[in-house]
Amino acid sequence: MTTAPLLTCENLNVSFGSHHVLKDASIDIRPGETVGLVGESGSGKTTIGRAILGIGPVTSGRIVFDGQDITGVAPRNRTGDAARIQAVFQDPYSSLNPAMTVEETLIEPMVYRGLYAPVDAKARVRDLLDQVALPADAAHRYPREFSGGQRQRVAIARALALSPRLVICDEPVSALDLSTQARVMDLFIDIQNRTGVAYLFVSHDLAVVRHISHRVAVMRSGEIVEFGNCDQVTSNPKHPYTQRLLLAAPVADPARQALRREAFERLSAAS
Amino acid sequence: MSDLVNNDTGRRAPARQTLIRAVLRNPLGAAASFVILCVVLIAILAPLIAPQDPTAVQIFKVNAPWDAEFLLGGDGSGRDILSRLIFGARNTLLGALIVVGVSSTLGVAAGLIGGYYAGRADTVFSWVADGLMALPAIIVLLAFHQVLGSSIYYSMAVFGILLTPGFFRLTRNLVASVRNELYIDAARVSGLSDSRIIFRHVLKTVRPPLVIQVSIVAGIAIIIQAGLEFLGLGDSQVPTWGGMLQDGFANLYVAPEAVWWPGLAISLTVASFVLLANAVRDTLQQNQPTGRKLAVDPSPVSQDGDAADSADIILSVRDLAVGYPDGDRWREVVRDVSFNVRRGEILGIVGESGSGKSQTAFAILGLLASGGTVLRGSIRFEGRDVTKLDFAARHALRGSQIAYVPQEPMSNLDPSFKIGFQLMEPMRTVLGLSKAQARARALELLGHVGLPNPLRTFNAYPHQISGGMAQRVLIAGAISCNPKLLIADEPTTALDVTVQAEILKLLRNLQSELGMSVIMVTHNFGVVADLCDRVAVMQQGRIVEINAAGTLFATPEQDYTKMLLSCVLEDSPVRAYVAPTAGGGN
Repeated sequence: MTTAPLLTCENLNVSFGSHHVLKDASIDIRPGETVGLVGESGSGKTTIGRAILGIGPVTSGRIVFDGQDITGVAPRNRTGDAARIQAVFQDPYSSLNPAMTVEETLIEPMVYRGLYAPVDAKARVRDLLDQVALPADAAHRYPREFSGGQRQRVAIARALALSPRLVICDEPVSALDLSTQARVMDLFIDIQNRTGVAYLFVSHDLAVVRHISHRVAVMRSGEIVEFGNCDQVTSNPKHPYTQRLLLAAPVADPARQALRREAFERLSAAS
Repeated sequence: MSDLVNNDTGRRAPARQTLIRAVLRNPLGAAASFVILCVVLIAILAPLIAPQDPTAVQIFKVNAPWDAEFLLGGDGSGRDILSRLIFGARNTLLGALIVVGVSSTLGVAAGLIGGYYAGRADTVFSWVADGLMALPAIIVLLAFHQVLGSSIYYSMAVFGILLTPGFFRLTRNLVASVRNELYIDAARVSGLSDSRIIFRHVLKTVRPPLVIQVSIVAGIAIIIQAGLEFLGLGDSQVPTWGGMLQDGFANLYVAPEAVWWPGLAISLTVASFVLLANAVRDTLQQNQPTGRKLAVDPSPVSQDGDAADSADIILSVRDLAVGYPDGDRWREVVRDVSFNVRRGEILGIVGESGSGKSQTAFAILGLLASGGTVLRGSIRFEGRDVTKLDFAARHALRGSQIAYVPQEPMSNLDPSFKIGFQLMEPMRTVLGLSKAQARARALELLGHVGLPNPLRTFNAYPHQISGGMAQRVLIAGAISCNPKLLIADEPTTALDVTVQAEILKLLRNLQSELGMSVIMVTHNFGVVADLCDRVAVMQQGRIVEINAAGTLFATPEQDYTKMLLSCVLEDSPVRAYVAPTAGGGN
């Protein structure tokens, strides 16, 4: 099965001053696919996402989206299909403008990009809210009236407003409660199955990434140490760091966790 | 679940109340707005409502007392004071408008650009602002008055430029604080241009403080303008409040009342602008808690019937209820919570946000946020009800018997002191150790919590160490007094998963070594399974289920526990990739 990739990052390097935060990172994402990007804080996973979105710097390397070179092109200068890369960010509290209603937030990109007349955009808001399972009366409310999970649904609706082909999801469920997290994850999967959108799903949580991804890339100190099929990377990792990462996360079962703990300590002692 | 809870609080908040309506509901705000509105109307309608021509001179009315024709009497040149007062409002408001217009336009524009782009533009604007602020305003105004001629409006425009730095700095700092918010990133990703982001997203969020600044600047402008006119600047043909003040002052011994009217007009108008600013500020801060005290119902004497006194039990919580004032009643965040902690046991308290797990921990520590009160129930530590203890006894207990490890290690270390000093200080005050003893003990503890180079950490500032190391330092501080009970509130939530594994291992080792009891507050079932002997599951302030860890995970009894466990994403089946048929997109 060879599907041409939707997005390719080739040997991406990013430096902030003397800090080399991304080192020769290469990944590709196929249409309708979820690529999970796991790593600990400071591993450079957010930097890749921001480079693809065009809101972060690229020192060297190439980002190609659907045949177009979009390396270092700011979102406002992206045209055609390259404009169909959207984002959902981690913190649902700071990712929505507190002074704008949900409807204003959703309409703005559609109207500004000239995709819809204001009247049509308003009609589409109802459809978008429906897609993320929010009631229609949410349109005229302000972000502060919603819980974290509901805000994240608004953020997802905003990403969907421009009919994206790729959504960069930067830790979108990390700030949410367990039960809310599960429902938002299901929503992501459901939207992907319906629309064929691709995700780059950035998270520090291997279990979350395993749940949604087709392929998984593991990052450490700016490098991709392992990139492969989800099952292989998350059940039978080859790289010692991935093995450590996998065993470090405690599981909700005291007996199994005791075994894993021993395995983790053996691995730590060996390294 | 939390969706519903938060949603509830959201609906109670004054949702779509506009700022204007809220300000008018404030009595002072309404009165100030009324006065300002009256002055504005008087200024606009001056030719219609003034009984006399303000410049017409009647020789017999010089310094005359009030009569039917001149309602407030005549001034030093025999002109009607009331009519001059009415026309003076025009000149005063126009002057204030010029000052506000010039300073806010220039200052806000420069502040938006400087704050959003930072870099060179910001540096240049800041230099200009510093330069303007260094200028002595009155002298500059007098100099410009000599050059520009008699119209007070030129002077007011110059004064507006002098006040620009106030607007610039305020706007710049507000913009800098929202520039890195994720919604600005989201707007950029949507493809919005910078100017649109600045006007739609940035300006909209920073507007309210600017409204306050406008009101205050208007007040200042009126005072300065009156002051300049009082000094004799401005066109003598135009009736002004400052000019009338000067006239009244000159005739103070002949007609003492004349000075009252312009003085009253100036004071009232300026006070109204300042009060309006205060009202706007109060409205913006409205959601902060009021300092009002609520009465606590006397708690029923706790029944000691159950085995709370058993020597094996170190902590016994019975029917605990914790509330925070909400208007004129208590909002209970914890209720009917009862549990025991045995000696040497690790109890996990697990729940989602808003479940009351942290509030329960803080109630035991006696560290509830301001307003938080134990409404009912008892917390017995080694048989003593700590809720009955006074502040000092409670404090002593926290230092020596009950220790605490917080969630955010970094924000619990003071950035301006070395770590060694922060560790030694409590040991010297609580345990009474000498400086040398405390130092030796601190170094020993730092080694004990697994820091590879204790001396280096001892001499480091908090910003020089990682989050995992900071948490080890706080754990070292917590065990420095050999506590019998350690309360850890999400101690690994802010840490990376590999660091979390190490901190959990450290806690487990320390617990078995020191034989202390631990209460572990967490939202993570994995952490509970790793560490805890028993588990309490909390939901909306209540304990729904409490059981031995093995039993709770294997056979949860309550639906809520089952639901939470089912949400744990573990070993979920891997999704198979299928390329979209229609070539992608929708």
